[in-house]
Amino acid sequence: MNNTITQNITWFKACRTQDVPANGGVCVKYKDDQIALFHFTRRDEWYASQNMCPHRMQMALSRGMIGTQQGEPKVACPFHKKTFSLVTGECLSGDECSIKTYPVKVEHDYVYVGITADENMEDMMV
Amino acid sequence: MKIVIIGNGMVGYKFCEKITAKAKPGQFQIIVFGEEIRPAYDRVHLGEFFSGKSADDLTLATAEWYSSNNITLHLGDPVISIDRENKTVLSHAGITASYDYLILSTGSAAFVPPIPGTDKKGVFIYRTIEDLEMMTAHARKAKKGAVIGGGLLGLEAAKAMIDLGVTDTHVIEFAPRLMPRQIDDAGAGMLKTKLETLGLKILTSKNTSSILGDETITGMQFSDDTHIDVDMLVISAGIKPRDELAKQCGLEVGPRGGIVVNDHMQTADASIFAIGECALHNGMIYGLVAPGYEMADVVVSNITGGSKTFTGYDMSTKLKLIGVDVASFGDPFVAGTDCNTIVFEDKIKGIYKRINVSKDGKHLLGGVLVGEAEAYNMLLQTCKNKVILPPNPEDVILGSRGGSESDGGAGVLSLLDDALICSCESVTKAGICNAVTDQNCETIDAIKKCTKAGTGCGGCVPMVKDLMLHTMKAQGKYIRNVLCEHFSYSRQELYDLVKMKEIKSFDNALNEIGHGDGCEVCKPAISSIMASLWNEMILKKGNDTAQDSNDRYLANIQKGGTYSVVPRIPGGEITPDKLIVIGQVAKKYNLYTKITGGQRIDMFGAHVNDLPEIWSELIDAGFESGHAYGKALRTVKSCVGSTWCRFGLHDSVSFAIQIEERYRGLRSPHKLKGGVSGCIRECAEAQSKDFGIIATEKGWNLFVCGNGGSKPKHALLLATDLDSETCIKYLDRFLMFYIKTAEPLSRTATWLNKMEGGIDYLRNVVVNDSLGLAQQFEAEMQLLVDSYKCEWKEVVETQELRKRFNHFVNAPEEKDPTIQFDELREQKKAKEWK
Ligand code: SRM
Ligand SMILES: Cc1cc2nc3c(=O)[nH]c(=O)nc-3n(C[C@H](O)[C@H](O)[C@H](O)COP(=O)(O)OP(=O)(O)OC[C@H]3O[C@@H](n4cnc5c(N)ncnc54)[C@H](O)[C@@H]3O)c2cc1C
Ligand code: SF4
Ligand code: FES
Repeated sequence: MNNTITQNITWFKACRTQDVPANGGVCVKYKDDQIALFHFTRRDEWYASQNMCPHRMQMALSRGMIGTQQGEPKVACPFHKKTFSLVTGECLSGDECSIKTYPVKVEHDYVYVGITADENMEDMMV
Repeated sequence: MKIVIIGNGMVGYKFCEKITAKAKPGQFQIIVFGEEIRPAYDRVHLGEFFSGKSADDLTLATAEWYSSNNITLHLGDPVISIDRENKTVLSHAGITASYDYLILSTGSAAFVPPIPGTDKKGVFIYRTIEDLEMMTAHARKAKKGAVIGGGLLGLEAAKAMIDLGVTDTHVIEFAPRLMPRQIDDAGAGMLKTKLETLGLKILTSKNTSSILGDETITGMQFSDDTHIDVDMLVISAGIKPRDELAKQCGLEVGPRGGIVVNDHMQTADASIFAIGECALHNGMIYGLVAPGYEMADVVVSNITGGSKTFTGYDMSTKLKLIGVDVASFGDPFVAGTDCNTIVFEDKIKGIYKRINVSKDGKHLLGGVLVGEAEAYNMLLQTCKNKVILPPNPEDVILGSRGGSESDGGAGVLSLLDDALICSCESVTKAGICNAVTDQNCETIDAIKKCTKAGTGCGGCVPMVKDLMLHTMKAQGKYIRNVLCEHFSYSRQELYDLVKMKEIKSFDNALNEIGHGDGCEVCKPAISSIMASLWNEMILKKGNDTAQDSNDRYLANIQKGGTYSVVPRIPGGEITPDKLIVIGQVAKKYNLYTKITGGQRIDMFGAHVNDLPEIWSELIDAGFESGHAYGKALRTVKSCVGSTWCRFGLHDSVSFAIQIEERYRGLRSPHKLKGGVSGCIRECAEAQSKDFGIIATEKGWNLFVCGNGGSKPKHALLLATDLDSETCIKYLDRFLMFYIKTAEPLSRTATWLNKMEGGIDYLRNVVVNDSLGLAQQFEAEMQLLVDSYKCEWKEVVETQELRKRFNHFVNAPEEKDPTIQFDELREQKKAKEWK
């Protein structure tokens, strides 16, 4: 990924904070794409990633359980419990695949997912 | 040098094993003749054949083992004569083999007393796998059984009859008490009472005068003019050494049989040895496997240049079956002036313990344990190794009451290094500890592989385990069985902690007894424990996201991300009207329908958004959640039973429905399935379930701990001829005990597998209330039963919860556009994934 353009972030207004269950996730519709958004209430942190699990291409990560491994926040896919870091997107259960993660910010009780310019470009190319 | 071995039984095999280990390559040429058609197998555990072990499981070593060790094995070919002059043997098939050393390990045969009629059909002995196969075939038609002989083997045979389904069985003993050679009068009395509660009928001081019936046995006549009706009989009245070959070639045999040997196990002919149950040493026949193994060792030593001798052997035993612990060790009967006897008797619990202590109070001479024999191994070691007794010798049977510290484990540590732990394989305490420290054996299996300890009668396994754990602990190595990085407790410990601390949310659990933020391992485990304990709605705020995804959506996720919906259809019974509703709902929401393997109907392919509406329509028609998504009670299968079936004994459908409704929604370490069959034809396949109930003439037989799946296991008989109320009581206790003590995701069969004492222990807890927890278990279960609510209904009625079933948080009306279906046989199917 090209570092210079990732700085160029568009903030997408996803939902209100109270729409997201504590220590769980929801699926956000962004254009024709799906983003999994998590509120890690216990750590008072927000994370977002692609909703598709790369293992079997299932739109499911938002329904997965979140937790930590040695302090690293992660999500487990409901299908085969493969786990992915919510910070780096790396697969923590030893598979090759990884997921894309997004920055998140909260302002005035609304949650925003940060879309970088290259993602916008990808969308346009589809 | 040529060695010929006659008899390939337990001791003959042990000889092969020991000689191949000791001999230099090529030193001996070994030929074995065995009369039975299969290589030596574990006769001691013959009874397990009825509880599911196969002949292969019991085999001590495969035919390949013999060939790879250059041993020629002739099976199904008995030796018919020995020519001592030319040093050859002749087999039935006509093979002549010459020997330098001849080993007789011909074992013994069942002793059949000269009673007229023992040749009738339905009369059996109990010694070989063939005997068992014949018994099994006959038992299918038999209802009433009897065993002649109330000794160790007779009681095993009685247990085998129960396992074979012949639960109405008499035990007939000539002596005035059971196990006359091992236990005293008081102990035998207690044993009798206990066996009677298991349904056996015990007749002592009974002399059988004839066996009645034309071709097949129909009854037994006793010398006191009484008689009983039976259609199957097992004779287990003692053993008769197989000394016929020795006699034929002129070797000395004892007046009551047995080949006479000296301390080297050598007969009068210096090149012929006898070992095992056929040998008569110092006037004694040893009918146990451990002394036989010792004899094999002595002979191996003598023909490989050593000079070991056999000096007699301890006859201590523990009955390994039947739901009553019985053990006898050392000299159980010593009395008189050089000894003091301490007796403990509890008639309520059915426990009798006696120890014989030397006059000076220092040593244990022997004793008897009935009803509770956990201390057997410890006592046996104390006795054999002359360990000095504590100042109050009664502590060894009563446990120390208050005051000084004494945990069971400290016991094994006090043993000397050369204390014999496994007598079958002669493994000492040091041998086991060294396996742990030097060879990193950290499981019982590893220790068995490495030292062979525990592979014989298995009686020492608990002690081996204690030693292993203590040694690991001493090395700072003992790894606790903890859940995951967030909770350093086992599931059982967590269960107790959650209960004591009244923890009701996952976050609280983390705060109070865990650390960090949880994960996909501990979240469902803790959620399941909380559900088992409190039976609160599992989606209660804060706890929904700590559930497995299927539990969180109260439905099972399918390929593509849709869900399946399985309403409860208790016992598999459904009205036409309800069938129509299922059809209408499936049509309206475009769902694929299929009859499941659990006697109900599954509707697949539902969008998450549609779930609450689908449930709402089902609920209106009288359905509720079937918990197909949960680690919870699934189905209680039924057969049609006595309301229609011409063979039905009781109404199995009504009972299945009653039970399914009682335990519906019950959360447990793994899923639970049940079955109720209306007669022994077993059309509900109840014996493949976690609990299975089968109608008998007199009530219900209750089986537990079976499952299908990848490792199928038949359920084991827990109790017989119960009335419905008792059956449910036992189920309450059984299920609560399982829920409280099983590891996460272990089915009842796996749980039982790991339970020390197995089904007998479980029966003691459930039926005999050995832990004194029965009432508590029942009360706790009643609480769960009373607080049951349908989870679907709560979602349907709660707006806040319904919101969770939108696919998009920011587009609640829209369904997941990526979901696609294909078509198959006029229905839809999930699009194949990549
Ligand atoms: C639907 C059904 C197959 C069918 O179309 O017939 C089914 C479907 C699944 N079974 Fe099953 N099993 C179904 C009857 C059975 C049976 C037969 C029975 O219950 O009599 C068995 C063998 C009996 C037993 O459990 O002892 C069975 C043994 C398993 C096992 C192995 C369990 C084991 O202890 O080894 C699993 C795996 C597990 O649970 O870990 C499993 C797991 C599953 C899962 C949950 C797999 C999964 O994670 O997706 C499937 C969920 C399907 C769904 O979404 O609804 N299923 N499964 C059956 C539902 C019965 C019902 O009405 O609830
Ligand atoms: C049901 C049951 C339960 C038992 N439970 C226990 C227990 O809990 N603890 C315990 O210590 N012991 C127990 N025993 C006893 C134990 O099984 C025996 O002590 C042990 O098997 C003796 O071994 P063996 O090799 O001497 O005899 P066997 O194992 O009987 O082997 C002798 C073999 O020689 C064969 N043979 C005989 N004659 C010839 C011939 N002429 N040519 C070729 N082959 C011949 C026989 O067919 C047989 O296969 C139990 C026995 C039974 C039957
Ligand atoms: S057997 Fe396998 S494929 Fe079939 S339903 Fe059960 S889990 Fe699914
Ligand atoms: S589809 Fe996510 S782990 Fe397999």
